[in-house]
Amino acid sequence: MTHEQAASSIAERFPGARVEGATPLVVDVPVDQWRAFAQFAKDVLGCRFFNFLSAVDWKESGLEVVAWLDDLDDKLSVTMKTRLAPAPTSASATADEEGGSSAAPRCASLVPVFRGANWMERECFDMFGIVFEDHPDLRRILLGDDWQGHPLLKSYAVDTPHPPYR
Amino acid sequence: MIDTSAPNQVVVDYSAGERLTMNMGPQHPSAHGVFRAILTLQGETVVGVDAVIGYLHRCHEKLAETLTYAQYPTIASKTDYVAAMTSEFAYVLAAEQIGAVEVPKRAQYIRVIAAELQRIASHLLWLGTWCMDMGGALGGGATVFLYCIRERELILDLFESLVGARLLYGLYQVGGTRYDLPAGWAQQCRDTLATVEQRLVEYERLLEDNPFFLARAKGVGYISRQLAEDVGVSGPLLRGSGVDFDLRRKAPYSSYGDFTFAVPVETEGDCFARYRVRMVEFRQSIAIIRQALDGIPEGPISSRPALKSVAQIRMPKGWAYARVEGPRGEVGCYMIADGSPKPYRMKWRGASFSNLSVLPHVLPGHKVADVVAIMGSVDPVFGEVDR
Repeated sequence: MTHEQAASSIAERFPGARVEGATPLVVDVPVDQWRAFAQFAKDVLGCRFFNFLSAVDWKESGLEVVAWLDDLDDKLSVTMKTRLAPAPTSASATADEEGGSSAAPRCASLVPVFRGANWMERECFDMFGIVFEDHPDLRRILLGDDWQGHPLLKSYAVDTPHPPYR
Repeated sequence: MIDTSAPNQVVVDYSAGERLTMNMGPQHPSAHGVFRAILTLQGETVVGVDAVIGYLHRCHEKLAETLTYAQYPTIASKTDYVAAMTSEFAYVLAAEQIGAVEVPKRAQYIRVIAAELQRIASHLLWLGTWCMDMGGALGGGATVFLYCIRERELILDLFESLVGARLLYGLYQVGGTRYDLPAGWAQQCRDTLATVEQRLVEYERLLEDNPFFLARAKGVGYISRQLAEDVGVSGPLLRGSGVDFDLRRKAPYSSYGDFTFAVPVETEGDCFARYRVRMVEFRQSIAIIRQALDGIPEGPISSRPALKSVAQIRMPKGWAYARVEGPRGEVGCYMIADGSPKPYRMKWRGASFSNLSVLPHVLPGHKVADVVAIMGSVDPVFGEVDR
């Protein structure tokens, strides 16, 4: 599928999504259509290769989740993005554990669509505190279970003390 | 005094339905680093895997936000320390894409030569450690390992005379390379390639004539094409599962389009298929380096002006995702620049991270002994998994 075909088929199926860029195709997806769009990209656009999923902290403009999908036979790549609420301030973030806090930004999990999203979303939860709904096993992956805070947030200073090294 | 009343034999009531949880790692010799697998076993068969990673986590992505474009490439080599050239490569490519930086042709060729030598060195280490993992079955555990290390040393010697370091290099910089090929280096490189090429035949005879090796590699650790794509497995694993995808061919960067080489594809998807893919990749890398040495143009090696301060290089606002075909697969660097001397955000897509995340889908159903064979065939480097 060429980029033009893909762009028009996205516009037809997801009128709320904003398509920008040509190579790769960058698609801004409304957060409630996040998983539906991933399924559409996999089934209709043929982007079956799950490349990566990550997030960007735009401070008060909110957190942005980014996922990159590829069609390995064709030269089609789709970057899907969605904007979430800003991360809670550091005071409330410490109370937020295992997604218990309602202040944590939420996003639908892509694990039902791509199995590779499992570890990537766990990393994203670990580093940004984003709660992926319906994730089968959402816990920290790179940091220890007793870690406090989410280091890749801009509000997390590089020299934030961590027990026992306070 | 010996307590004679204590039973000298422990009878374990072990019925077939009983499950045992076994901890493997984080300091297991076959883990190639620090990796902990909590295996649920039924008899000798794995039924569940919980992979615990993060022991080598240094938060490179946060680190990259605090270091300038001039400083970080050297640090990038610490992500995948077995193929340090690759991660430097991905970082500088991302920065160059954002800033539309011209890279002189000679620098592009030096980059290709270094990256392909690195692939050979990395694959040699993989072959040696993998065969050591499978140990005694190959008639003396360390035999293949020591042969491979011997050849890898020759390549590290080349790197040493090129950059002065053997493991972590700092050869790449935004705009080109830091060092030019020293006098006589090209001939030394050709001699090394000839040695390695000849030794590869010996390894193949040593391994493929060995029925124990074949029994442990063939039909073990099957990854289907669908699973590979779903999980985002890349590199030799993906090509071992029948996908003809190599970034050097599909999205050529740094003059890879100038060279002719074959992309090996095997369809079996087992450990042996991944082994065959890598054995062919050795030869293709050798072919690429020879072409690059033949065709390397004269000229400058970097378009970057001399720096008075590390904060002198600034990238305009923008983003890029640079993808490099590393020895283990796609190494990606997703970078967002905001006009300052440091990236606003940088994400490493570690090939080992995605490749390792396929293990929980592959291991169940295999025997414990196959766990090390499969893990070795994945070739994870934990610096890159944990970043």
